Amino acid sequence: MASVATPQTGSRDSMSLGQGLRRLWDSYLFRRILKAIFTIWFVTTLLFFLVRLMPSNPLEIYVQELISQYGIPYQDAMSQAAALFAIDLTAPLWKQYLSYLSGVMHGDLGMSLRSPGTPVTSIIAQFLPWTLFSVGTALVISVTVGILLGILMAYRRDTWTDNGLSVFASATTSIPNYIVGILIIVFVAVRWNWVNFAAIRGSLSPGVTPGFNATFFQDALYHAALPIATYVITTVGFWMLSMRNSTLATLGEDYVTVARARGLSDRRIALHYVGRNASLPLVTAFALAVASIVGGAAVIEELFRYQGIGSVLVQSVFQRDYPVMQGVFLVFTVAVVMANLITDLSYGLLDPRIRISGGE
Amino acid sequence: MTTTTADVPGPSPLSAPLSVLGTIWATLRLLARNRVSLIGMIGVSFYLILVFVLPYIIPLDDTVKVDLIYAPPSLTHPFGFDSQGKDVFSQIVHGGRELIAVAVGAAVVSTLVGTALGGFSGVLGGKVDSSLMLLTDVWLTIPQLPLLIVMAAFIRVSGPATLILIIGLLSWASLTRAVRAQVLSIKERDFVEAARVLDLGTTHIVTREVLPNMVSYLTINFILAITSAMYFQTALVFLGLVPLAGTNWGIMLRFAYTRGAIFARDSFWYIMAPVLAISFFQLSLVALERGVAEVFNPRLRS
Repeated sequence: MASVATPQTGSRDSMSLGQGLRRLWDSYLFRRILKAIFTIWFVTTLLFFLVRLMPSNPLEIYVQELISQYGIPYQDAMSQAAALFAIDLTAPLWKQYLSYLSGVMHGDLGMSLRSPGTPVTSIIAQFLPWTLFSVGTALVISVTVGILLGILMAYRRDTWTDNGLSVFASATTSIPNYIVGILIIVFVAVRWNWVNFAAIRGSLSPGVTPGFNATFFQDALYHAALPIATYVITTVGFWMLSMRNSTLATLGEDYVTVARARGLSDRRIALHYVGRNASLPLVTAFALAVASIVGGAAVIEELFRYQGIGSVLVQSVFQRDYPVMQGVFLVFTVAVVMANLITDLSYGLLDPRIRISGGE
Repeated sequence: MTTTTADVPGPSPLSAPLSVLGTIWATLRLLARNRVSLIGMIGVSFYLILVFVLPYIIPLDDTVKVDLIYAPPSLTHPFGFDSQGKDVFSQIVHGGRELIAVAVGAAVVSTLVGTALGGFSGVLGGKVDSSLMLLTDVWLTIPQLPLLIVMAAFIRVSGPATLILIIGLLSWASLTRAVRAQVLSIKERDFVEAARVLDLGTTHIVTREVLPNMVSYLTINFILAITSAMYFQTALVFLGLVPLAGTNWGIMLRFAYTRGAIFARDSFWYIMAPVLAISFFQLSLVALERGVAEVFNPRLRS
């Protein structure tokens, strides 16, 4: 985890000291955004050429499928495939690439192959909110609980509390998340029979419609509870251990001694002096945490039959629905890139040293 | 006079491997003194025996026995029987070898690629360094498990070798970055400066001065790489994205899930067998890694 503790080192263009602070800040922001756009472009390109150049080319497979199954003439099959993928198949590769790229930039990700006539964007719009809801809730719970337990562990260091929680944290972070999910199903849903697994599948019960009312929120939370529990259990240990180490480092600082000498209450020192400063380094880990939860969502949603974007990804791979797959993967990447961007920028805002030296 | 050359304990062809063995022995003894790494070592040895020795003693039970479906554990069948009445324990014994081999293979690939790229980047510097680091940063941003799932749609995973390559080539980026940082820091140390003053050449500096100082670091990373390869691989198998041939712990999980065993009350031990096998494998490796880290970096012993 050494790479997490150090701030991201980006472009190392040296800047003359004569330039103003404002200018530096602007260019730091500018460079970060440029890098984010570059990453998204890279992934879009990678996916485009994967689809086009792989030995089992999905476009040709689809065209062949149309010809053999429906007896459609080659020309018609080609134009149908072209319409679905939003690419002109007869054009040279670079032209196809440019038109695909401009489509992506205009928010046009093509049409689904398996549910004809449905734009990929509308599939994303339908399923993404559920993933954002479950993953977001899990992140908030995990970070809050992890930070509080981490402080507790540092204050009780080398006691039974600390050792027990350390073992718990190390164990839960090293057991694969789908295994934790399976254990939750086996124990919570089957052996102890606390919830009815058949009823909590999907993201909402039949008959409940989204809206600002208590029934909806309650039902949404009921259906997301097990995936959220899985995300929390598998990620909270990381925050606990990081916060423990960070707090131990902070406890030795002079301002803590001063606060103690001033007679401030232990509780106030723990939360406002130690806690606040110790959680600062954890900001850098935020992007990593988002990446790991979002990545894990693919398996976890499939396991719990939760209808979010992760299960759409797995289903699209099974059905060889390439436009959907490309679109959903792009959404995953954009989410992680955004998390990285927010992390870098907020770390710059929170720590003046980073802001001024431009992330060196 | 002819015997003198034999009397002198000169560089015999055996001395190099012997000294390596000696170093390994000394390291193992050092590790055994640390409680955490001892637990890890015991766990890893247990798994090595389980998947590489026991298959020769316990035959794979491959016969369908309708009357024994989900029969409870007994002394001769410690994990009971599965949905087809096959002994679960023999599946556990036979179902780890390929998984562990692929995990170790993928870890070797990613460690080699990561070390080579990170080393290049750190040693060469300049344009090579900045473009490699940009690529590394971008690669680190791509969510790995979704990428692996997408790759599984394009590449026909025909056997263990393909899986080793895909998983290994997926996770080189974080190591590349870390190795580069290590190289940059070691490059500035006095002993490297001394080697440079003595004009010992880049090859000597890299292989004799820089690399030996990173061995413990690379070992730790290698162990972690095995755990993440295991995670990715079993996830792919569990999702059913690689062909389900033969017996392995991931396939057992997959069948337990698709055949509904996970939701039945009688099949508890059938589920728990692969769950425990995978979990304790990961836990032993992580314990070993923590132990190695503590032994080699005394500052961590708080």
